[in-house]
Amino acid sequence: MPEPISVVIEAFPYLLQGTFLTAGIVGAAMALGLILGVFMAVGLVYGNKVVRFLITLYLWLFRGVPVVVLLFLFYFGLFNYFNINVSAFTAVTIVLGLTTGAYQANIFRGAMLSLPRGQFKAASGLGMTDLQAIKSIILPQILRISIPAWSNEYSIILKDSALAFVIGAPEIMARTQFVASRTYQHLSLYITAGIIYFVLTWAGVMALRKLEKHVRIPGYSANGNQ
Amino acid sequence: MSTGKGNPILRASNITKTFGNNTILHGVSVELAKGEIKILIGSSGGGKSTLLQCINCLVVPDSGEIEVDGMVIDITKKKDLYRLRQQVGMIFQDFNLFDHLTAIDNITIALRKVKKISREQATQRARQELEQVGLGDKQHLYPAQLSGGQKQRVAIARALAMDPKILLLDEPTSALDPTLVGEVISVIKRLAAKGMTMIMATHQMSLISTLADEILFMENGRIVEQGTPSVLLAKGNKSRTRGFCDSLNDLVGEEG
Ligand SMILES: Nc1ncnc2c1ncn2[C@@H]1O[C@H](COP(=O)(O)OP(=O)(O)O)[C@@H](O)[C@H]1O
Ligand SMILES: [Mg+2]
Repeated sequence: MPEPISVVIEAFPYLLQGTFLTAGIVGAAMALGLILGVFMAVGLVYGNKVVRFLITLYLWLFRGVPVVVLLFLFYFGLFNYFNINVSAFTAVTIVLGLTTGAYQANIFRGAMLSLPRGQFKAASGLGMTDLQAIKSIILPQILRISIPAWSNEYSIILKDSALAFVIGAPEIMARTQFVASRTYQHLSLYITAGIIYFVLTWAGVMALRKLEKHVRIPGYSANGNQ
Repeated sequence: MSTGKGNPILRASNITKTFGNNTILHGVSVELAKGEIKILIGSSGGGKSTLLQCINCLVVPDSGEIEVDGMVIDITKKKDLYRLRQQVGMIFQDFNLFDHLTAIDNITIALRKVKKISREQATQRARQELEQVGLGDKQHLYPAQLSGGQKQRVAIARALAMDPKILLLDEPTSALDPTLVGEVISVIKRLAAKGMTMIMATHQMSLISTLADEILFMENGRIVEQGTPSVLLAKGNKSRTRGFCDSLNDLVGEEG
């Protein structure tokens, strides 16, 4: 068997472990981002001036600073400074979660603003509290609308997760680089890593497309009425 | 002050509302006795929608007093606003059904969340209300699968399920195709016959002439004329209301 292929086969279980770690990082970061994004979007649309100002500040910070800088800042800077002992995995997950939270907040905010104002008014008119209206009427609708943009965000965060190797989290990229530096089979190994990322992207996007179809409101097409 | 029908069930006094530096309502007052129907007319932009939404504080007035069934509302308190809105139902021109919920769930959601009624009881009540408006067979359809007239009837059923003491209707037939207006009018007339207390903005002559106990003519944020249809619309009366209604009739005539 040619060496480039045998190296890949031999390294595959090792890379697969990295794949699980990558999936863990992305899954947890997207979930954290979802929670943060929903709260911040609600704050941006329904909050008072102070709340809106603080959230806007947060959005500018996390959209304005490169993820690598944030990773170093948190892992070697903040966590060290405050003597917080976290693994590289946790650090990456938190940084990516905080970052995607900023982008998801914008996605959800846009979706909220695209809903007719009458939806909230009708809920209030029936005596619902603002919180009940947001939970029962606004969120179920905006989360549906947001799935395509969320799926896009997933593919971006998946690829950003490869940056975790710079602080030594043993995910796909770090493991590939480790094997390549010892076997010198760079070409076949990085092709393999690329394929793994591609498959993860594809599977995630397909799953979300399925979800989108599953929760689609009957009678509505993708772009609104009828 | 007295309406001759005992204590008013709704008293809204000196309601003012300004958007930016545009004053939309200049101290408008409306009183309503139980079972009474008042109809708001006047050209577009006169403040009818704003007044109706101020009455249940969907738009919070800048000043004024609101009292429903003896309960004085403190418009600075969210709790009071929630309580007020539970007593006062609202029907919108463009229906505002919850797009992600079926006809029946549009009705059950507030029963369950606001009135804390169990799912079974809420479903039972919702089904009754849908049957009342002739939509018993449409309960599982989504708003996008209903015609405009059906949507408005679901909206009426949804409001009625909350047992409101007063119903506010904001041009309930204006967004409908002419062929669908009739089904909504007949539902509203049936409500009136059952004694529902209502304030309705409408330019539908058949509603104005048959239902109104009093017509309120609004212009530039003020009620400029008010009275019974028999007086205001009487032949030879030079009232603004008569002129306005004649122009409505002319429009209908031209279209037909
Ligand atoms: N949220 C708002 N912000 C600014 N102006 C508003 C708002 N709502 C209504 N207006 C203005 O108030 C005026 C009265 O509107 P409205 O109450 O809808 O009148 P009508 O229902 O009689 O047509 C209009 O000039 C409209 O532009
Ligand atoms: Mg209006």
